[in-house]
Amino acid sequence: MHDLGALSDTAFLIASTIKVLVAFVVTLVVVAMWTLAERRFSAFIQDRLGPNRVGPFGLLQPAADGLKNLLKEESSPGEAAKFYFMLAPMLAIAPAFLLMAVIPWAAPLPTPWGLVDMVIADVPIGILFILAFSSLGVYGLFLAGWSSNNKYAFLGGLRASAQMVSYEVSLGLSLIPVFMLVGNVTLTETVWVQQEGLGIWFAFPLGLAFFLFVIASFAETNRLPFDMPEAEAELVAGYHSEYSSMKFSMFMIGEYAHLLTQSALMATLFFGGWDIPFWQGDDMRVIAPGVVEGAEPAWWKSLLTFFAFAAKTLFFAFVFIWVRWTLPRFRYDQIMDLGWKALLPTSLAFIMLMAASILVLDTLGLPFGLGYGLILTAVNLVAMVLFFWVLDNDRILAGASARREVERRPSEDEAVVVEEPEEPAVPTGAGV
Amino acid sequence: MTFYSLLWWVFAALAFGGGIGMVAGRTPVASLLSLVLTLFSTGVIFILLGAHFIGVVQVIVYAGAIMVLFLFVIMLLNLGHDYQPDLRRAGWIAGASVACGVLAWLIMRTFTHETTLVASGGGMTAAQAVEQHGAVGAVAMPMFNEYVVGFELTSLLLLAAIIGAIVLAKRRI
Repeated sequence: MHDLGALSDTAFLIASTIKVLVAFVVTLVVVAMWTLAERRFSAFIQDRLGPNRVGPFGLLQPAADGLKNLLKEESSPGEAAKFYFMLAPMLAIAPAFLLMAVIPWAAPLPTPWGLVDMVIADVPIGILFILAFSSLGVYGLFLAGWSSNNKYAFLGGLRASAQMVSYEVSLGLSLIPVFMLVGNVTLTETVWVQQEGLGIWFAFPLGLAFFLFVIASFAETNRLPFDMPEAEAELVAGYHSEYSSMKFSMFMIGEYAHLLTQSALMATLFFGGWDIPFWQGDDMRVIAPGVVEGAEPAWWKSLLTFFAFAAKTLFFAFVFIWVRWTLPRFRYDQIMDLGWKALLPTSLAFIMLMAASILVLDTLGLPFGLGYGLILTAVNLVAMVLFFWVLDNDRILAGASARREVERRPSEDEAVVVEEPEEPAVPTGAGV
Repeated sequence: MTFYSLLWWVFAALAFGGGIGMVAGRTPVASLLSLVLTLFSTGVIFILLGAHFIGVVQVIVYAGAIMVLFLFVIMLLNLGHDYQPDLRRAGWIAGASVACGVLAWLIMRTFTHETTLVASGGGMTAAQAVEQHGAVGAVAMPMFNEYVVGFELTSLLLLAAIIGAIVLAKRRI
């Protein structure tokens, strides 16, 4: 127990203002650099060079893009509902930035004026706050599609609302096992239980929940392979077809800010947040203003844990890019099937499984700690093997090409062709 | 006036304005967005009263999920652009007077009756319950202890409603 003194009211106000400004600016800068990273990584994956002309290694490309968008002429469709057309980009960008407020970035920082929490607002409803505001994000997309008065934009908005409603359910349900282990919903508590209470990152005892959360996050942020609302091959650019210059840019910033929040959430909920693995020196939590339980806070610990958090978050940011340039887009009905028929039952079954396991372990009187976590990891491993075995055999999700593959396979085998004489074998090299 | 009461007035005004906008909106989409504003502001007022969980559930369930379903129906039926108001002058006057009457009765009751927020379960106030069980536990404790039968019956009722809706929509499953 270390008492470092609480901040006075004025100091709290100043510290909070600084934290808000820093979080806002850092988010904007990361989003700007992310657009560059996306293009460079996609170039790398597709064996191209990517933007490398503006500044060293193309690092000033985001600045050039921003300037271009600011100076570009703004066009507005004649038949649009003007007020809602203006409102939509704002509604898209605001929730994404608000979410950053509740995510803890680092260990609490001791200052001469008292202990400063490295989270803007440690609200008692933690993760529920994030679910609430990310569910409001859909209004921006829908409104953009509706107010543009353009059928492609309208279809994009329609798809956005259907998809986000479907996947929000699995997103929320995949978090319930986390709540059950933490016994609370605040994010600081989640980090503490992973550090000290259970002593193991939730990605291990709740691996299936992590997997479901990742899939639902991709759908929730409209990223490929789930980017139906803006599928350019079908809908021009989907809900933002009619937008140009800075309004278009706001949709982009909002989308990337949402991605950043989801990456930070994956790191916080399942990979220990700002915890540095295999080191007890950073295991601490604030139990009252200025009072810390566990290890002693120090400025260099705050710095190191911040780097740990940034490294984990940026890794998941990279995964978002990696997946986008690796997987092709799903068909719309496949997305709905996956959401309602695969992810929803799986997440419900997983909640039951975890609740039963926790009940059994508690009844046996096992102490809450590393052994507890390892047993849950074993249970989870079985569940994951089962889940992937079912998913991986074209039983639930068979793409059109996979089904054709299955149909074609018998014709290659001569014994089967004899059994079905009415279907002539496809001659090889016919270019089917 | 403290910062909290300022916030309260702002969101109360927004909720009120949203309510009027919802009734007076010229298109279904405008009405829907006004209703979202009202529900969101009500959620904020719950949080200002210290009922964090109720406030955030209000936003998740009503503003975030149910309203998106409404939206979906409005968009699917394409009610957005040509729309005839279905309330005539007499209907407007009757509806408005009933609403004003209820509002006046509520305001009168608020000022004449002294009420305190008491959560059931040991007669604790809401603030004490939150301190003891956390924002979620304060709601979960009475719900799964004292009122567990009612709670389960309600969920059964909802399940029956869902199955009924499926049967009505799809004769042959």
